Amino acid sequence: MARKSPEINAGSMADIAFLLLIFFLVTTTMDVDTGITRRLPPPVEDPEQDIDVKERNVMKVLVNSQDRLMVNGKPADIRNLKNLAIDFMAIHPDNPDFPEVQPKFIEELNRELMTSKGIISLKNDRGTSYEMYIKVQNELASAFNEMKDQLSLDLFGIKYTQLVDENRIKGINSAVPVRISEAEPEDIGGS
Amino acid sequence: MRFKTKKGKESPGINTSSLPDIIFMLLFFFMVTTTMREVTYKVKMKLPEATEVQKLEKKSLVSYIYVGPPVNSRLYGSNTRIQLNDQFANVDDIAEFVQIERQNRPESDRKLITTSLKVDSDTRMGIVTDIKQELRKSGAFKINYSSRKKSARK
Repeated sequence: MARKSPEINAGSMADIAFLLLIFFLVTTTMDVDTGITRRLPPPVEDPEQDIDVKERNVMKVLVNSQDRLMVNGKPADIRNLKNLAIDFMAIHPDNPDFPEVQPKFIEELNRELMTSKGIISLKNDRGTSYEMYIKVQNELASAFNEMKDQLSLDLFGIKYTQLVDENRIKGINSAVPVRISEAEPEDIGGS
Repeated sequence: MRFKTKKGKESPGINTSSLPDIIFMLLFFFMVTTTMREVTYKVKMKLPEATEVQKLEKKSLVSYIYVGPPVNSRLYGSNTRIQLNDQFANVDDIAEFVQIERQNRPESDRKLITTSLKVDSDTRMGIVTDIKQELRKSGAFKINYSSRKKSARK
């Protein structure tokens, strides 16, 4: 005999679901982690052995404990830092005031491009505030991003951030390497 | 023929049988879009702002170091402290922390571990430099200075 089975009371289903919902609302976070990604250099084994870099190839950025900036021995403003960095890293062939340039064959793009041998050397004091340090890192990162954008516009007519082709992204990255070197920590003082 | 008058008749209850479905939908939405809180913060952090931020991908391969003044300043003072997992730590503990984090990941992913530094913006660089030196010594080279996205100034 086919008897009709009694229906399950689903009235409390909503309550259970609400309870779960509230649990997830409380225990989870929605914020996406963002930040500036950098790669630390491996530890130096022999501190005596320094790599020689020509004076003209280095842009020295110093930040003292008062959060003041000095670029190549001259006081500078954080607002100018980006332009200084772009100017420094730009290709100036046969100009002894700017870094050397060398032609580099980029496999991904299948063409030869001039690249700068410039390095930006960043040095900060132990008393520098973290906020200032991030500001400086941010300005330098934005300088490199702008150069990548520029090169991408010249080559493909679209911005670097809009590139989809993996090869093109890799190519631009090797044509404009992010060359920021951080000095071994030492006190540079400043009052 | 007489029309029925509605007078005196109770209004029908709203049908709530689809309510659980709606709530479950909301629940799944939140389960998918959010992540679990990893630790309770013992230090206060006001992250610095930056324009050139990148998203941190693969959250399972990120280990966090928190730096800032303690939340409970009456108990722990107001000096900048380091927090690893759920407790305060010293700079010397970082090497061990990196080792443990590395052992917790599958061997193929160990090279991809990123250390995210969540540092209060008023912190002095001295302690951050110490942490960076310690990370370099332990071979955790990929780091991320956690900062909030700020729209580019015009």
